[in-house]
Amino acid sequence: TGRTKIDEDLYEELEDILIGADVGVNTTLELVERLRDEVKERKIKDPSELQPLLSEIIGDMLTNEDESHHIQLNEDGLTVILFVGVNGVGKTTSIGKLAHRYKSEGKKVVMAAGDTFRAGAIEQLQVWGERVGVDVIRQSSGSDPAAVIYDGIQAAKSRQADILLCDTAGRLQNKVNLMEELKKVNRVIQREVPDGPHEILLALDATAGQNALVQAKQFGEAVNVSGIVLTKLDGTAKGGIVIAISHELNIPVKLVGLGEKADDLQTFDTDQFLHALFKDAVIEDDKMQVD
Amino acid sequence: MAFEGLSERMQAVMSKLRGKGKVSEADVKEATREIRLALLEADVNFKVVKTFVNRVKERAVGQEVLKSLTPGQQVVKVVNEELTALMGTEQAKLVQANRPPTKIMMVGLQGAGKTTTSGKLVKYLQKQNRKSLLVAGDVYRPAAIKQLQVLGESLDTPVFSLGDQESPVKIAEQGLAEAKQEHVDYVIFDTAGRLHIDEKMMEELKQIREKVQPDEILLVVDAMTGQDAVNVAEHFNRELGLTGIVLTKLDGDTRGGAALSVKSVTDCPIKFVGMGEKSDALEPFHPERMASRILGM
Ligand SMILES: Nc1nc2c(ncn2[C@@H]2O[C@H](COP(=O)(O)OP(=O)(O)OP(=O)(O)O)[C@@H](O)[C@H]2O)c(=O)[nH]1
Ligand SMILES: Nc1nc2c(ncn2[C@@H]2O[C@H](COP(=O)(O)OP(=O)(O)OP(=O)(O)O)[C@@H](O)[C@H]2O)c(=O)[nH]1
Ligand SMILES: [K+]
Ligand SMILES: [Mg+2]
Ligand SMILES: [Mg+2]
Repeated sequence: TGRTKIDEDLYEELEDILIGADVGVNTTLELVERLRDEVKERKIKDPSELQPLLSEIIGDMLTNEDESHHIQLNEDGLTVILFVGVNGVGKTTSIGKLAHRYKSEGKKVVMAAGDTFRAGAIEQLQVWGERVGVDVIRQSSGSDPAAVIYDGIQAAKSRQADILLCDTAGRLQNKVNLMEELKKVNRVIQREVPDGPHEILLALDATAGQNALVQAKQFGEAVNVSGIVLTKLDGTAKGGIVIAISHELNIPVKLVGLGEKADDLQTFDTDQFLHALFKDAVIEDDKMQVD
Repeated sequence: MAFEGLSERMQAVMSKLRGKGKVSEADVKEATREIRLALLEADVNFKVVKTFVNRVKERAVGQEVLKSLTPGQQVVKVVNEELTALMGTEQAKLVQANRPPTKIMMVGLQGAGKTTTSGKLVKYLQKQNRKSLLVAGDVYRPAAIKQLQVLGESLDTPVFSLGDQESPVKIAEQGLAEAKQEHVDYVIFDTAGRLHIDEKMMEELKQIREKVQPDEILLVVDAMTGQDAVNVAEHFNRELGLTGIVLTKLDGDTRGGAALSVKSVTDCPIKFVGMGEKSDALEPFHPERMASRILGM
């Protein structure tokens, strides 16, 4: 933009970009306030310095001192990774992709079909297993998910697998029974595998709005979520809510989903995320008609 | 009144003002600021919010409002009217074709709930003694056909499939022929989830539309969707000409402001809401309930 000075319009424009990226009102206001402070402190006059500075502030929020953006692997034994999240966000697909990644790295991977509820869920994981050449431990539809995960652990142990990826059914965080079921699955892993599960990854849909923060809160309270998989970033949504999640709940984003194919999974990269956040964020005039 | 909760909130703001004897422009600004935040926190698209707030402001600071004997109430009235206009009031029904089968095409982003909703529609129509045929047009997602077949079986409803090696266009075409031959009342075309910006995949939907000439093209939208909902709805509407929207996963605790955004950019009625994963968890849409939910009342 060809602006010559830093004025209220510019701040408002940045606010709109952030809110439009699902950063949320509270976090946006906090970010812009910090921005104003920095501008004053550093005596910044050039409007073109504003957005990079804002990126820097957001980058700080996204970086956790004690938490890494990398998946924690158990170097001397079985690593168990549990996937959780609301319906349709991309848990099963992300498991397939991650299985593909580890398999390509020469690791022995097993997947457990812990979604025994949704129609075709077991078969879906089975197809992924065939696609990437990884065994899937399953029971029949309708059986106890905790029992499937137990089976998965025993199979992974006896096959001396390096990594066990556990799928679970999608569930909304306000469904008390389903959250209890998830805790039970988690307890089975804790009991059967020392230090397990090594990661509990919450899949979040990048198109999600403010409810994603509630999801992270509630799933985190139920099972101690260790990282986020931000899926569907190949669309036009920015996934800005992860800033609030990182800031308020201290849960780092670890992986991003960029498509439906086996290799459409990447390790989270703060710079790339920030670049995308501001990329096509040109605030046009309000041409939109509301009837 | 449709938006009583909001009215209360507004009344609280306004009663403060009443003490002053008259309502100033600044007072209206303060009130609309509150509404703006409530809507943004509920994920209503910021541009939709902006337009809405500007409209309310414009009308509320007009002479007849502020100079009236009860300016507070008048402002509340303006807000109510504008919200109602935004949300729509009438309950939009599923279309029924003059000559059966009525053709319903399900479209939307990945994971929104198209396949599940297809099953729910079968169930909903069964309650009206209507028979359906499900057509398995998702040849991409692993086990998508299986998912629909399991649903079909649980609903005692046939599922037409040509496996995952035929084109979705051909599947749709032959599925329609089957529906006619079997004299079902409704034929429901499940399609693969796709991004609105995926031109090749959007073209596929257009071809299906050409072939089957659907009576309904329903966009399935996850109620948890944030600001991007307008982009998605706008694209799908522009490419296909939607006839209605289904809002899913409203059994969660999201405010669901996407409903307002989607409605306002497409001007398409929201016909149903999904209230759970089971086949009977489909309800007709109630605009007033949705409005108070969005505003957190
Ligand atoms: N474009 C895109 N689509 C994705 C991505 N990840 C998953 N999907 C698609 O999203 C849809 C849902 O993915 P699933 O893996 O079945 O999601 P889930 O969380 O396991 O769903 P439930 O088990 O039903 O709760 C599928 O159509 C996937 O192909 C992604 O990163 N980008
Ligand atoms: N809680 C809840 N879950 C729902 C609702 N509608 C669908 N789901 C769940 O959302 C997930 C995705 O639903 P699908 O029907 O597979 O979605 P889809 O749009 O067909 O997905 P793709 O074919 O991969 O694009 C599943 O876990 C469904 O059980 C709803 O109204 N409430
Ligand atoms: K979704
Ligand atoms: Mg799944
Ligand atoms: Mg589907």
